[in-house]
Amino acid sequence: MPDAPLLSIENAERVFGGGRTMFGQPKPAVHAVQDVTITVRKGETLGVVGESGCGKSTLARMIVGLDAPSAGRIVFDGRDIVKEARGDLRRLSREVQYVFQDPVASLNPRKTIRAILEAPLRHLRKLDKAQRETRLEELMEAVNLAPEFLGRYPHEFSGGQAQRIGIARALAADPKLIVLDEPVSALDVSVQAQVLNILDDLKRRFGLTYVFISHDLSVVESVSDRVAVMYFGRIVEIGPGRTVFRTPRHPYTHLLLDSAPAPGRRLRASEDANTELPDPYDPPPGCAFYARCPRGTDKCIAQVPPLELMSDEADHRAACFHPHEAQ
Amino acid sequence: MSRSATATTSTAESAKSTSSRPSSLHLLFNNKLATAGLIVFGLIVLVALAAPLLPLANPDATAPVDRLLRPLSDGHLLGTDALGRDILSRLIWGTRVSLAVGISATLIAAFFGSMIGLVAGYAGGRIDTLLMRGIDMVMAFPYILLALAIVAVLGPGLLNALYAIAVVNIPFFARNIRGIALGLSRREFVDAARLSGKSHPQILFLEVLPNVLPVIIITMSTTIGWMVLETAGLSFLGLGAQPPQADLGSMLGDGRKILFTAPHVSIIPGLMIFALVMSINLLGDGVRDVLDPRLKSGALTRPVARTAVIRDSVPQIAEPDANAVLDVRDLKTEFAFGGEIFKAVGGVDMSVGQGECLGIVGESGSGKSVSAMSIMGLVPTPPGRITGGVALLEGEDLFAATDERIRQLRGSAVSHVFQDPLSTLHPLFTVGDQLVEAIQAHQSLSGSEARAKAADLLKLVRIPNPAERLNAYPHELSGGMRQRVCIAMALADDARVIIADEPTTALDVTVQAQVLALLDTLRKERNAGILFITHDFGVVSAICDRVAVMYAGKFVETGKTEDILSSPAHPYTAKLIDCVPVLGQPERRLDAIEGRPPVVNKLPIGCAFAPRCPRAQDDCRAAPIPITRFGDGRTVRCIHPLTGEAANA
Amino acid sequence: MTSYISKRLLAAIPVLFGLTIIVFLIMAMIPGDPATAILGSYATPENVEKLNRDLGLDKPMFQQYLIWLTNLLHGDLGRSYTLNRPVLDEVMERFSATLILAGTSLILCSVFGLIAGVISAVRQFSWTDRIITFVVLVGISVPSFWLGLLLILVFAVNLKWFPASGMFAIYGGGDLPDLLHHLFLPAVTLAVVATGVIARLTRTAMLEVLRQDFIRTARAKGVSERAVIYRHAFKAALVTVIPVIGIQAGFVLGGAVYIETVFQWPGIGSMLVKAISTRDLLLVQGGVLVVAAAYVLFNLAADVVQTVLDPRLR
Repeated sequence: MPDAPLLSIENAERVFGGGRTMFGQPKPAVHAVQDVTITVRKGETLGVVGESGCGKSTLARMIVGLDAPSAGRIVFDGRDIVKEARGDLRRLSREVQYVFQDPVASLNPRKTIRAILEAPLRHLRKLDKAQRETRLEELMEAVNLAPEFLGRYPHEFSGGQAQRIGIARALAADPKLIVLDEPVSALDVSVQAQVLNILDDLKRRFGLTYVFISHDLSVVESVSDRVAVMYFGRIVEIGPGRTVFRTPRHPYTHLLLDSAPAPGRRLRASEDANTELPDPYDPPPGCAFYARCPRGTDKCIAQVPPLELMSDEADHRAACFHPHEAQ
Repeated sequence: MSRSATATTSTAESAKSTSSRPSSLHLLFNNKLATAGLIVFGLIVLVALAAPLLPLANPDATAPVDRLLRPLSDGHLLGTDALGRDILSRLIWGTRVSLAVGISATLIAAFFGSMIGLVAGYAGGRIDTLLMRGIDMVMAFPYILLALAIVAVLGPGLLNALYAIAVVNIPFFARNIRGIALGLSRREFVDAARLSGKSHPQILFLEVLPNVLPVIIITMSTTIGWMVLETAGLSFLGLGAQPPQADLGSMLGDGRKILFTAPHVSIIPGLMIFALVMSINLLGDGVRDVLDPRLKSGALTRPVARTAVIRDSVPQIAEPDANAVLDVRDLKTEFAFGGEIFKAVGGVDMSVGQGECLGIVGESGSGKSVSAMSIMGLVPTPPGRITGGVALLEGEDLFAATDERIRQLRGSAVSHVFQDPLSTLHPLFTVGDQLVEAIQAHQSLSGSEARAKAADLLKLVRIPNPAERLNAYPHELSGGMRQRVCIAMALADDARVIIADEPTTALDVTVQAQVLALLDTLRKERNAGILFITHDFGVVSAICDRVAVMYAGKFVETGKTEDILSSPAHPYTAKLIDCVPVLGQPERRLDAIEGRPPVVNKLPIGCAFAPRCPRAQDDCRAAPIPITRFGDGRTVRCIHPLTGEAANA
Repeated sequence: MTSYISKRLLAAIPVLFGLTIIVFLIMAMIPGDPATAILGSYATPENVEKLNRDLGLDKPMFQQYLIWLTNLLHGDLGRSYTLNRPVLDEVMERFSATLILAGTSLILCSVFGLIAGVISAVRQFSWTDRIITFVVLVGISVPSFWLGLLLILVFAVNLKWFPASGMFAIYGGGDLPDLLHHLFLPAVTLAVVATGVIARLTRTAMLEVLRQDFIRTARAKGVSERAVIYRHAFKAALVTVIPVIGIQAGFVLGGAVYIETVFQWPGIGSMLVKAISTRDLLLVQGGVLVVAAAYVLFNLAADVVQTVLDPRLR
């Protein structure tokens, strides 16, 4: 079955805070991720876009087991990874790895590159010394770094090189899926391309599957097979990258695409300037985008629009009662 | 952190990797006071250690005949005490005891305190709350009082005093270390270690602890003096060392009773405590300066109100640009770090006309922010200084103006909008207060008039309920709203030029679009010029009329935005455009630029981009490349520029 | 704002309870028979028996604590066997003397510490800065009990400007000038260390604040340098310095133990030292409890001041 999902997230939810104080008053709670259902197929790149605070990083951390959903299931290759990660993260880490946003902060300043890259080989792959040596060389070659760098410390590297080390570390566990959380947004533009090209190359060489998280629409468009757009903790639109970017159905996706600056494009008329993001501690009823939405009706305040199939193409879903027409 | 600050630190960092780093010990010896402290402390320790070997009188041998001899008497260099015991001998033996107690107490407190702090900071949650509430409880007692209570229970005695002092210092370590451990545990490398299969104890002791160690050492070096002082204090009160054993404190305590008749008996041990503690503190400060990265490389120097201007010569402007409001020629700005000079801006010409928006594009470290901040003298001095060029604001040379004149122009004729609206607004003043201050700095308006004007300004930048928002503090507003407030502040007086340093980089795309639209409308309404610093060609297209591309401290290409984007002439511009994915063109191959930008303290003679340039030839490296005219209103700093066809291919 | 203050006040209650528990436990740690230990050499069989009954030592620890706490809440801290009077009366009398001394010192160290720190930061690397930095370092390194002795030698014995000890002159004293005359030397001695600590911290805090982005904004607005330093920077620096002043109150209250001993100031510190050497443990207990409670309340006040200054904490 070529299209069997490698990863499926079912109605995942993550609430921060909450509970009650000593005196029984409820503490404020934030729904970082709400009712998210996604599948990732083997060998594809799923892009996740959204603005800050939309829950995309929380989603990423749940997939790799650094955080656990408050409700819902995450299934990887038929295994419930939420339970698995709670018992032993190592089993999951052999299959699913993570590349961090800030390449320098993700490397311990007091460890050599060798020590950093050896850790997964030793703890996850249980390789002996000779095997580790061979593998270290392979890894450095894979991310296009000279093997001499192994003895150096992170501060001696530029952001782009550090991120390549971060990728090598993720690769060291020999995973099937890599979650990339804003892997290029901390990098200078000229370096972004180096890293994106290496990621593309590795994916083909090792048959990897990516979940690529970014706020940068153009980057997501250039790397993704399918794209999910998140707003305020929920998926508002998901579908094949080409379709979502060419014929966005959700008004938020429209707004995002219109707002994104692109070389050679003058400013497009932007939304009315008075709109604000909803307060996460006091979420509005119904659709969270209602206050900013030019198409909103009473129905949108009354209930949360479900993520429904759009007619134009299979697999293109949007959570909107009044979606834009397919062009 | 601002772009300009990141730019300078990144240049400093890349320099660090190229030049050999001086060792910590070397740095310590550079500090004269610390060296003096080390020498005195070393001497005291040596003498104390050598006490059994030195030809000293028995410190406890009493001789009633020789009691209270003055210093410099025969056989008793420092005299004798009330029981006729030799003070010199007692002093040296007492120092031994005081040192041993002080150091042991420090070690005990450091060990337990650090353990508690590490575990609390790393574990977080309930464990953290529980441990820290316990620590808070101990800290709820005034420091010495708790030690007294402990001694009261255990009974007077040197060992009990040691325990008491150690216990009351545990919270100090625990709190310090917990803060650091907490910060480190939230760092991404800890998550990375978990995903590398390391267990929690492995992470705590092998990943976190090595990073905390310098802080533990700093804390120890700054507390050990305290500990010596406090144990001496307890002994002074008669609660520490008990006769016949003596430490410096109990000697002082004995002497107090005969202060009026024989002051030397108490003054000498007190002097010794003082010398010991002072030397430890001097050394401790030195150790802290070496180990604390924040204090390294003079990071804690205070920038003065205006960038220093040290111009060798003032360039004569042959053809002043009549249309320009702001006309900058041959601007040079440098940074001095250690012995090295970083030429952040190496000769930049730019002009901004009325209502025109000029964009400066470049990567971090290219000098784009420094160029912009130099104009009104906002580059921090030290380490920055303007070493050449002129900046003409409607004909007036800003680099020759007095400080007071610059103050008058700042915020009135030339105003600024910075990158991160949260850190650029004062957190402790309301938005209204900050706007009113900006207004009153240049206009003599009464408080209520200024407030009314502030509300108008908020309305101008489309903030809803302006009168109400005046009372809001910056942290109560969203990022977009805060940046609007900053823009309102820039419009407080009739600005001719607004210098905007990456004003939308910290914002989300949809908010960025709003802010860009606002800036674009306002400049047209008010006919103000904008100098717009960014790294994003998309943003440039959205708002800039003309653009200058900057590399290694120099403009490599300038011209109309559309011209440059459609047919870049400089290979760097072309590469920079090609390496960014463009919305709507997902199939475009990304063309990465290999290599890294040069460090601006070691610039090549010729073209700085030559080592990374596919078109570079020998002549590119031979001599400096001048910037030359290239078609209509364009300039390029390249002797092998791309023609239109090549760029489109 | 008011809700925050009341919340903070409520939060202080468990801390005060915690204090009573710690003080109780410390006393419970005394090895051997507590009654004999508490009464020490003054123990008579009747006294021991009475105390055992008073303390309810036949009951489990928790009940003992409750009995002790109930007595405490009724203002009964027991009787001092060395002074033969209620502990509370003695402690309160002594505490007012300590409050005068420590309060004066705290005001001195805050004022001079802040001024020295700001001057030092504003004139960074100048000779003024170097001299202040060095004097501050001397201040925090000098043993205060020794400094007190030196000051007595110079100003009381040799120059005879100030009295060497006590709180009031024995004959004809008792008015405010007399008190201030006696207060000067001990208050200054007690303030020296804390002044040094506050000055150092203020300098660092000012230097750190002056590098912040919002200072650059203030300059970019055309605000005068004086306003940049004294309005923008100082207020932000004060937010970091205030909690440290709170902590210094603890050092000053504790340091009063030495200074009161040196200057024979009739405060709680000198009382404690005497009580410890005579093993009058109920008196120690009462003294420690009262001073600690005062310290908690002072820190609460520092917290509130900080919250007034910093809207982000509300």
